[in-house]
Amino acid sequence: MNILVCISSVPDTTSKINFTDNNTKFDSNGIQFVINPYDEFGLTKAMMIKESTGGKVTIITVGNATVEPVMRKTLAIGADYAVRVNMSAIDSFSTATEIANYIQENNFDLIIAGRESSDYNGGVVPGMIAEILGLPFVNACIDMEIDGDDVKLIREIDGGKEMISVNLPIIIGSQKGLVEESELRIPNMRGIMQSRSKPLTVIEPISTMLHTNTISFDKPEEKGICKLVDADNVSELVNLLQNEAKVI
Amino acid sequence: MSQDLYQAPDYFLMDELLTEEHKLIRDAAREWVKREVSPIIEEACQKAEFPKQIIKGLGEIGGFGPYIPVEYGGAGLDQISYGLIMQELERGDSGIRSTSSVQSSLVMYPIWKYGSEEQKMKFLPKLATGEFIGCFGLTEPDHGSNPGGMVTNIKDMGDHYILNGAKMWISNSPFADVAVVWAKNEEGRIKGVLVERGMEGFSTPETHNKWSLRASATGELVFNNVKIPKDNILPNKDGLGAPLGCLDSARYGIAWGTIGTAMDCYDTALRYAKQRIQFGKPIASFQLQQKKLAEMITEITKAQLLTWRLGVLKNSGRATTAQISMCKRNNVDMALNIARQSRQILGAMGITGEYSIMRHMMNLESVITYEGTHDIHLLITGMDITGENAFK
Repeated sequence: MNILVCISSVPDTTSKINFTDNNTKFDSNGIQFVINPYDEFGLTKAMMIKESTGGKVTIITVGNATVEPVMRKTLAIGADYAVRVNMSAIDSFSTATEIANYIQENNFDLIIAGRESSDYNGGVVPGMIAEILGLPFVNACIDMEIDGDDVKLIREIDGGKEMISVNLPIIIGSQKGLVEESELRIPNMRGIMQSRSKPLTVIEPISTMLHTNTISFDKPEEKGICKLVDADNVSELVNLLQNEAKVI
Repeated sequence: MSQDLYQAPDYFLMDELLTEEHKLIRDAAREWVKREVSPIIEEACQKAEFPKQIIKGLGEIGGFGPYIPVEYGGAGLDQISYGLIMQELERGDSGIRSTSSVQSSLVMYPIWKYGSEEQKMKFLPKLATGEFIGCFGLTEPDHGSNPGGMVTNIKDMGDHYILNGAKMWISNSPFADVAVVWAKNEEGRIKGVLVERGMEGFSTPETHNKWSLRASATGELVFNNVKIPKDNILPNKDGLGAPLGCLDSARYGIAWGTIGTAMDCYDTALRYAKQRIQFGKPIASFQLQQKKLAEMITEITKAQLLTWRLGVLKNSGRATTAQISMCKRNNVDMALNIARQSRQILGAMGITGEYSIMRHMMNLESVITYEGTHDIHLLITGMDITGENAFK
């Protein structure tokens, strides 16, 4: 099984997010970057498939050199090869175009991408790759069983689950449930040592044209101070909602 | 214990002094501690039980001899990597770091540096994975700060030695598979002896009722006419310098480790101070609490810089015993003071098992005594700068 996992490097979920240059650029100062959690579920599943059926796992990231520590971590976890497309991943379509191009030039049976990235939450890159390549795409997968070319998938839908049958090659969107949080891998010393000699290849983009342009970012309003009102004091609650919060 | 919300303080952007691999190793250890140590450590301490189930994982993240060469089962890492692992383990608990640094610096190190090739191949790979656990016997009931006065001895019987004596305050002893024991031969020369569990006359009674390092097993080593094969003597170094060389490595690990406890206490106290409301506002807004917190982060930052520099010197083989002593002494004292100040910030909550602070504080009362007491380390610095010996 030849598996490709698309990896985003995202700010740690506990990071304090700020913007610079008139709210047009993300301020990465002091930010610790991690593997996008949705991608990490997919990477772990890829490792499990490789361990049970053999094959190899390649990871691909679109980004500049600052994403390489996160890529090196995926190699320490057990991925075999890493490929970096040397451009900033700002625009979803250009990101998808670059990844699709790499897939076209290298045959993969299974492509896994997080259902979305936890920073910009676009959630469209895997769907765009599938469209460009004409491959089936199933998003929000919470279970996957592979038997030869036959793949049984379970997809989370509003209030329930959808059971899907599909043939390889496919693209899936991964999330929690595909593997459990307790199954996520921490790089061990052997893995870290082996990652030193695993190839991390940098390729140039086929196009640097962006299709969208960010005008500015706005942060949500800061949460106000929480006031606790005694359960018996309904009149005080109504008074605060009416006169202070002015919502009724 | 409540959920582990730890976020490591890095006030002077020390991460920029580390390589990407250092950070990968450090972060892996940090993640492992959050997942495997934090959820179980409070109960282990309350029950005074060493959590044996973590040994395999401890080996996998490089907790056992990470600087030992690859051909002997180690990871061949540098000294800063070793320090960072110790920092993260002790952030979890000093007892866990003790188990790890005893195995690494006091068992694997002497076998690697002073052992024969056969001894290295027999013990080091199994010690690196945690399949074997080791301990180190230097301190005796009547010889703590004065190890050279030891009475434990070996007698040459021709084709073997006979070992007699007793060692005390030995981390890992109750379940150790092998003990690196220091004993005098008939000429009064100190030799390293590998004593293996199961040897007749060798017993390891556990020390109970400790108020400190409760998640680490401590015990004695008792030798009653133990027959030691000649192949079990460390051949390549003897004299007091041999065990003291091991202590240099272990003290270096402690210097890093105690930064971890200090960072954990500071992080806990800072978060609590921002959330705890008194007189209508967070206690973090009061000057006396700010003084405590500001002094804590200052001391942590100073210790981080001092210890990173010591790591650079150790990597190039230039760190002296006196420099390591200064760093161990400074950092343990710094961590203990920060634990006490943090406990004050948390008020009554600080004494409960809901938070790690009191556990760290009680652990550090051992750490400030073992591997050279606070006073002895001062005298090492004193002797180094004056040339005068004030030990006796």
